[in-house]
Amino acid sequence: MPTITDFLAEPIAKRALLACLMIGFANGFVSAFVVLRKSALKIGTISHSLLPGLALAVLVAGLSQWSALAGAIFAALIVGLGSIFLSRTSRLDQDTAMGVLYTTAFAAGLLILKNLDMRQKLDEWLFGSIIGMADSDLWIAFGISAIAVITLTTLQRPLLIYLFEPNIAASLGVPVRLLNYATFAVTILVLVSSLQAVGCILSVGLLVAPAATVYLLTNNARTLFWGGGILGAVGSVIAFFLSYPLGWSVSATIIVVLGSFFFLAYIFSPKYGLFSKRRGVA
Amino acid sequence: MTAAASHDKTKEHVCWGGGGAHTHHHRLEVVGLSVHYQEVHALEDIRFATECGRSLALIGPNGAGKSTLLKSLAGLIAGDSGKILWRGKPLTRSSHEIAYLPQRGDIDWNFPITVRGLVEMGRYPNLGWWRQYSRHDAEIVERALTSMELRDLQDRQISALSGGQQQRAFIARALAQEAHVLLLDEPFTGLDKPAQENLSRLFKELTAEGRLLIASHHDLQTVTGNFDDVLLIRRHQIAFGPVAESFTQDNIATAYNSELRTEN
Repeated sequence: MPTITDFLAEPIAKRALLACLMIGFANGFVSAFVVLRKSALKIGTISHSLLPGLALAVLVAGLSQWSALAGAIFAALIVGLGSIFLSRTSRLDQDTAMGVLYTTAFAAGLLILKNLDMRQKLDEWLFGSIIGMADSDLWIAFGISAIAVITLTTLQRPLLIYLFEPNIAASLGVPVRLLNYATFAVTILVLVSSLQAVGCILSVGLLVAPAATVYLLTNNARTLFWGGGILGAVGSVIAFFLSYPLGWSVSATIIVVLGSFFFLAYIFSPKYGLFSKRRGVA
Repeated sequence: MTAAASHDKTKEHVCWGGGGAHTHHHRLEVVGLSVHYQEVHALEDIRFATECGRSLALIGPNGAGKSTLLKSLAGLIAGDSGKILWRGKPLTRSSHEIAYLPQRGDIDWNFPITVRGLVEMGRYPNLGWWRQYSRHDAEIVERALTSMELRDLQDRQISALSGGQQQRAFIARALAQEAHVLLLDEPFTGLDKPAQENLSRLFKELTAEGRLLIASHHDLQTVTGNFDDVLLIRRHQIAFGPVAESFTQDNIATAYNSELRTEN
């Protein structure tokens, strides 16, 4: 087995490392929004519905980056809006409707991809394939990261009021609907980029754990965004270097590293950790 | 006809910040407001008028439409028919002159925000997305914190406050917004006795400054003394007027007893 320095000399490894950095940062940054919005589980269902979206795109338009992106957005919309429609037109609540809808879609996606004889791709979409990235993938990841950071930074002032209390936000004239559309778009884009790194099953972890960790350390919402981004990037890079000598899958290692950070903060956070003196007082 | 016309606060008053001193009173008028949620009638033909310098209690049983009326006044819910006139003009969407303060239970007290950060939110209508937070903004925030006695607590996270302090922090946010009208959803709920008395005193100071306070309220024992006017509703309007005249046993019975009938 070549040493890590030999491995890093390979273009494929350099690309993977860069991808870890960018995708980790973008997901960590957006995870602040997911945590403050308390929508981790909803993100989980949407990330699972990316798979049937991809399957449908392959079936209809063949495999390309753009058809995959379109399919993913389409599927997320169908499951998101479909669950609202189902709950309004039946006696079921939205969570139940979503639970039925996304598992059905996911299963159908599995069947389509297996029947199209795309086991290889299926595996990559389920569990990520950061080592197999092309230059164009890297550019897409970069573009998505830039869009996510710029959008959320631009909207930060109204967004934080909206996340704190939507009614106060609306009464102050915050454009609530615009924020909803913009943040939904950013979330889908980031999910699509994390698909490459960790796959659709683990992508929730990348899109929740970084800010969940910082949430236990700070009372400043802005710190949550930048701290989440930095933690996501650092965690992903550490995971990259760990996974090579240990022979572990990069995607699983990323999630395990970020999860470990979270538990460290949960136990040792000076303010809100298990051992904190202030706990129970506040 | 209305309580507003009969009261005696004719002296000049200053609505703090917004527009400076004015001799006339800013008038809020609700004309035949009805609100439906899908097929449910939430409010039916509500009509009253009041003005700056007064405090109004919204009284009625659960589900009477108090929160709905507050949200309509805040521009958060569009009515199906009727009008809300603020200073003679229809209230079509949110105005920075009107501040909405939600119920305590609707707030995520763990949200990573300090008292000062909360109060600074009130500057949003002036700042928009990007405009730089100026010295003028800082002064107004400072003044709001001082008048609510929160200066020493400004760096605290909002869950590290007492109930009364939390309520004052939200009022300070409304002051930083330079609001003329404060719409408060159950402001006294969850406060201990001293905090309630403190808030009651604060209400009087705010109305004396020329602000209009409208609050939903469920404790029938504390209406008298805390509010100038009362609006009794149970989806329909039952009575409106000064507390002494309209907050009668008969009107209260109409509001609350019929609740038993409709539930059966």
